[in-house]
Amino acid sequence: MRRIISVLLENEAGALSRVAGLFSARGYNIESLTVAPTDDDSLSRMTIVTFGTDQIIEQITKQLNKLIEVVKLSDLTEGHHIERELMLVKVGTTGSDQREEIKRLNDIFRGRIIDVTDSTYTLELTGNSQKVDAFLEALAPFEIIEVVRSGISGIGRGKRALKV
Amino acid sequence: MTITGAEILVRCLQDEQIEFIFGYPGGAALHIYDALYRQEAVKHILVRHEQGATHAADGYARSTGKPGVVLVTSGPGVTNTVTGIATAFMDSIPMVVITAQVPSTLIGDDAFQEVDTVGITRPCVKHNFLVKDVADLATTMKKAFYLATSGRPGPVVVDVPKDITNETAAYDYPKRVAMRSYQPRSKGHSKQIARGVDLLLRAKRPIIYTGGGAVLGDAQKPLRELVDLLGFPCTTTLMGLGAIAASNRYFLGMLGMHGTYESNMAMHDCDVMLAVGARFDDRVTGDLEKFSPGTRIVQIDIDPSSIGKNVAVEVPIVGDCGDVLGEMVKLAAPRLDEIERPAVERWWRQIDEWKSLDSLAYTHSDEVIKPQYVVQKMMEVTGGDAFVTSDVGQHQMWAAQYYGFEAPRRWINSGGLGTMGFGLPAAMGVQLAHPKEAVACITGDASIIMCIQELSTCKQYDLPIKVINLNNRYMGMVRQWQEFFYDRRYSHSYMDALPDFVALAESFGHAGMRVEKPAEVEDALKQAFAMKERLVFVDVVTDPAENVYPMIAAGKGHNEMHLKPGCAGEAEVERELA
Repeated sequence: MRRIISVLLENEAGALSRVAGLFSARGYNIESLTVAPTDDDSLSRMTIVTFGTDQIIEQITKQLNKLIEVVKLSDLTEGHHIERELMLVKVGTTGSDQREEIKRLNDIFRGRIIDVTDSTYTLELTGNSQKVDAFLEALAPFEIIEVVRSGISGIGRGKRALKV
Repeated sequence: MTITGAEILVRCLQDEQIEFIFGYPGGAALHIYDALYRQEAVKHILVRHEQGATHAADGYARSTGKPGVVLVTSGPGVTNTVTGIATAFMDSIPMVVITAQVPSTLIGDDAFQEVDTVGITRPCVKHNFLVKDVADLATTMKKAFYLATSGRPGPVVVDVPKDITNETAAYDYPKRVAMRSYQPRSKGHSKQIARGVDLLLRAKRPIIYTGGGAVLGDAQKPLRELVDLLGFPCTTTLMGLGAIAASNRYFLGMLGMHGTYESNMAMHDCDVMLAVGARFDDRVTGDLEKFSPGTRIVQIDIDPSSIGKNVAVEVPIVGDCGDVLGEMVKLAAPRLDEIERPAVERWWRQIDEWKSLDSLAYTHSDEVIKPQYVVQKMMEVTGGDAFVTSDVGQHQMWAAQYYGFEAPRRWINSGGLGTMGFGLPAAMGVQLAHPKEAVACITGDASIIMCIQELSTCKQYDLPIKVINLNNRYMGMVRQWQEFFYDRRYSHSYMDALPDFVALAESFGHAGMRVEKPAEVEDALKQAFAMKERLVFVDVVTDPAENVYPMIAAGKGHNEMHLKPGCAGEAEVERELA
């Protein structure tokens, strides 16, 4: 099953490689991993999207907790949560029909055009993974020059929070 | 007043009351070596290879419960320690390894003797540090000792660039460190403990299965109390030997691949299992699909990730083995009348029946020396209370099977990683920690060669270790597997050009003895152990065809053991399997 695990860890050099090393050494899957400092600059927050049986997920959370630099973690998928991913996509355009069609699609998906040349559009889209996937599919007939996805960031709904 | 980083390091060791540091100097470590030279409290033991330093520190730690400390230089000094660090990591041994590093200004430049120490050791340490500021050095050392010795112990590496050891800072060694991200739990959850006791008392076919955690957690006292109180059978893993006395009437011997028939059968057929500081390793469980079907398991471990990792557990208890067992004794003592005695007695009758097959029996010979006989005689000669280290292979299994360990921390071997070359340097650490005690290294002709250079260290520090070399001219365990599973194609398992071990030992300045006849074994061992001031290398020429029995082949279940061909129980087991 797909799980989203949020991790608060000490904002120290090497912490990321410990997490990445853990996943490769024990053969766990990583679908995506994002990390950046938080409002408390001594802490980083990491969002890991992984999948596995309940037993494997339990081991993943236990092994993550065992890393000395991990302060706290939570499996967001255990409760209501919101997940978002940012995608930047550069599309080649030839002719005004194509340019109009891409703009329309972009409006439908509530994307933003963030860069324009006479032969390209660069689009920005935020959403959950399905929405981002669907947008890419919709753009498939056009020339996709470049795709950049941030990986998932997640947060619990309501009062549920992961903090120290 | 400020002092140099090198001086700070040494002061930290003094404040931790470290007796010995095992090491080998080199360029990046020279400031530290200079600081060591100018003091006397911490004794430096100069090994002959950095791997030896880690194993010696490891042996020291296993036999005392105190952290072992290592000091090496950068680059190859570090890479040579990796085997020893991984050995300690797999067996959860507290160790602090100080590695010198090239100056911080050169890090990343592929400098001479530079290696990414933190990167190379990351997967085999509990934690590691690169010190970037001399002002952090003392706190980092405190953290290193705290991490190495608390919770589930393990090796911690502190990488110190050369310039840091030369810069100065005020010395202030913290009494304790708090880390928000590391708070090991020692007390078990009382509700869980009560649930565990309830389950145990209701058992009809109970077993208590203990591992290295019971030794590391110094749980022998409450463990023995609980076993005696309940009168339940107890078995231990290779790492757990000695936690319960070998002579205890409830002890079934070791379990697992080369465990006793009664232990493994009892593990298979039990209805309730109490696992104490044991991690259900593959050498213990055999095929997990066939492992102890239907059994309700209570597991105590200080490391939550050890619980339920391989086997589903009904009552998990996170905590220190000693603490939790102590609580269990208190809860169980007033409730002994709840035990289903008739059922447990029936269970014991079944176990006694298995025991009667005598799975450790072997055929003595007057012509060739049986390795099992050597271990038995060694036990007699040493009165059963020697410290015994071993390497890895057949001799290790025979030592575990035939030397009855009455106390914990006397059996010192590389159980998890299975490191050949461990035994001799580990014995050095043990002997330094216990100068008056008998320390023996039971080894084999293949293993001993792997760290043979440490005979030189033993000479320098007058370590009167007794090396008992069970010399069968083979990598015996490899040969055994080739005999069983590769149709006797003995691919590269024969040691074709062995040295004259007696002459070799003598050339290092030690005493050497060669034993070739069974009748000579006892006298030779008596002579060797009587030489209390000298290292004696006893080269025992043993039967090259002898195999370790009983055995569970890889992928088989506990009830599919192979007993020794021709032994009383074999036919019976075959029948049961059919």
